[in-house]
Amino acid sequence: MSIVNVKNVFKSYWRDSMEIPVLRNISIEVPEGEFLGLMGPSGSGKTTLLNLIAGIDQPTKGSIVVAGTDVAKLNESQLAKWRAQNVGFVFQFYNLLPVLTAFENVELPLLLSKLSKKERKEHVEFALKVVGLEDRIKHYPKQLSGGQEQRVAIARAIVTDPTLLIADEPTGDLDKTSAEEILKLLVQLNTDFKKTIVMVTHDPRAAERAHTIKHLDKGELT
Amino acid sequence: MHIIKLISKNMLRHKLRTLLTISGIAIAVVSFGLLRTVVTAWYAGVDASSANRLITRHSVSFIFPLPLAYRDRISKLDGVDKVTYANWFGGVYVDKKQFFARLAVDAETFFDVYPEYVLPKGELETFKRERNSCIVGEQLVQRYGFKIGDVIPIDGDIYPGKWEFVIRGIYKPRDKTSDPSNMLVQWQYLEERLKEEMPARAGYVGWYIVQIHDPNNSGIISSQIDQQFKNSPAETKSETEKAFQQSFMASVSSIITAMDVMSFVIIGIILLVLGNTMVMSARERIREYAVLKTLGFSSFHLIGLIGGESLTIAIAGGSIGILLAYPMIDGFAAVLPKGWFPIFNLEPITLVLASISALLVGILAAIFPIQRATSTKIVDGLRQVG
Ligand SMILES: Nc1ncnc2c1ncn2[C@@H]1O[C@H](COP(=O)(O)OP(=O)(O)OP(=O)(O)O)[C@@H](O)[C@H]1O
Ligand SMILES: [Mg+2]
Repeated sequence: MSIVNVKNVFKSYWRDSMEIPVLRNISIEVPEGEFLGLMGPSGSGKTTLLNLIAGIDQPTKGSIVVAGTDVAKLNESQLAKWRAQNVGFVFQFYNLLPVLTAFENVELPLLLSKLSKKERKEHVEFALKVVGLEDRIKHYPKQLSGGQEQRVAIARAIVTDPTLLIADEPTGDLDKTSAEEILKLLVQLNTDFKKTIVMVTHDPRAAERAHTIKHLDKGELT
Repeated sequence: MHIIKLISKNMLRHKLRTLLTISGIAIAVVSFGLLRTVVTAWYAGVDASSANRLITRHSVSFIFPLPLAYRDRISKLDGVDKVTYANWFGGVYVDKKQFFARLAVDAETFFDVYPEYVLPKGELETFKRERNSCIVGEQLVQRYGFKIGDVIPIDGDIYPGKWEFVIRGIYKPRDKTSDPSNMLVQWQYLEERLKEEMPARAGYVGWYIVQIHDPNNSGIISSQIDQQFKNSPAETKSETEKAFQQSFMASVSSIITAMDVMSFVIIGIILLVLGNTMVMSARERIREYAVLKTLGFSSFHLIGLIGGESLTIAIAGGSIGILLAYPMIDGFAAVLPKGWFPIFNLEPITLVLASISALLVGILAAIFPIQRATSTKIVDGLRQVG
């Protein structure tokens, strides 16, 4: 069964009433448990496609069914709720809140759940253990290395136990060793925790870790 | 963790900026309180005036006296209940800085026409009986430690000579707007000494206070009075006490108006100070708000986050300002020459205005940042570098 089903999707942005087509007639299926790598030159529309799958943007045309829900048909608040339950995000620049500790950053998505304080604590500690940062829970992002920050971000992405993990160049800002660690972690999440992962990357070594690679060029899959 | 914790952590992100903003609001609220207090203290004099009292004075200026003989002619007019009169006694007590109003009043009628000066019956009887007695206001008792039986020596200037008055009564102001710092001496005593020492000046009063039955007739009765004395050597000008107070204050009233306006300009300044801080913070955090939205936080959460921060800063600044306003206003009252403003308090209405303004500013300053944070699309917010 495919967890992501993108069908005939078009996406354009408008700048001063000028249409800029970004994605053209994209169709893609991602089966459950897949580790998909998306590659392509800069500006080819990788991030745009990822954002559509993750439900933080809407297609101009076409349907996107993720985990049984047609996300193109949801309104903004329905989408927000849906994202909180179904998708975990890992960004290139980590996007942790600088005023919160590692623990609080990971706890953030759980504030939207009905979990008690104690349950939240258990979840957060477990997620931080998975990424190997249980000894850094009181650290602020500024006090962590890039690789550690990204691991906190991954903990934040998995703490709600989403079915789908979305990663946009997760190693793009890291040195080689840290990048290796992050990739290992993603592989582990894929194999041990059965997370479906869609990862955009420029890095051939990162791409090697994926089961499947798709190439995007000028808004079309090749 | 709770959203409230995130608000406080956001506030403490730029400690200096938050501190400066809170201080700015606090200072503005203090200034607001001070200005409003001056303005309300000023208008207290006008507000205290009774609608059913007319003041009849010399048409040229109230420093020229009127013949005592006018009293009976005014009394006879229809609609006039009672007539009393007073002279500005002036003089120097100890030194020129000890300023408070000293009036020579008709002991028989003055307190009937001014019911807002509350005097025990026995003390009033003594005042009517003893020629050199005087009545002082409660505030003078507090200021100088006067008590009944004390002698107040006055160096006369308008009425030259050495004067000594024995305190025979202490009046209490009936309400907050009544002047608690008058010294009232017997007009009859002044008259007797003038007859002996300066006979030419005897038989005159400074102004008449005419109590009328129906405030609606004040216009008609005023012109009837002035008509009576038309073409006489001392023509009169009658007006309501309120109008009299206002014309008496006219020279300074434009400054007061300016202060009145300024006090509200200050509210605008608070809005700009806080608005600036909030807009700056919101701009820096566009990307963070996009991340929060990505994680599933709604516009509602962002409103709470931004509005909460704005309100917290506004309330902190406002509260500190209000707390500081009390000692500031007391300090200000202490350095003001005594007697300028007999009533100088932080009025409840000023507190209410300051609090409402602070809250309103907190809300207004958040509107633009909230609008911006909620309307920015996630994808645009995430693309924001910073
Ligand atoms: N929010 C937006 N508004 C306008 N144009 C956009 C927006 N997002 C993307 N674009 C345009 O869409 C095209 C594809 O952008 P996208 O970010 O998807 O590329 P990408 O493949 O992720 O590139 P990179 O490898 O550099 O991250 C670009 O030309 C970009 O300018
Ligand atoms: Mg990209």
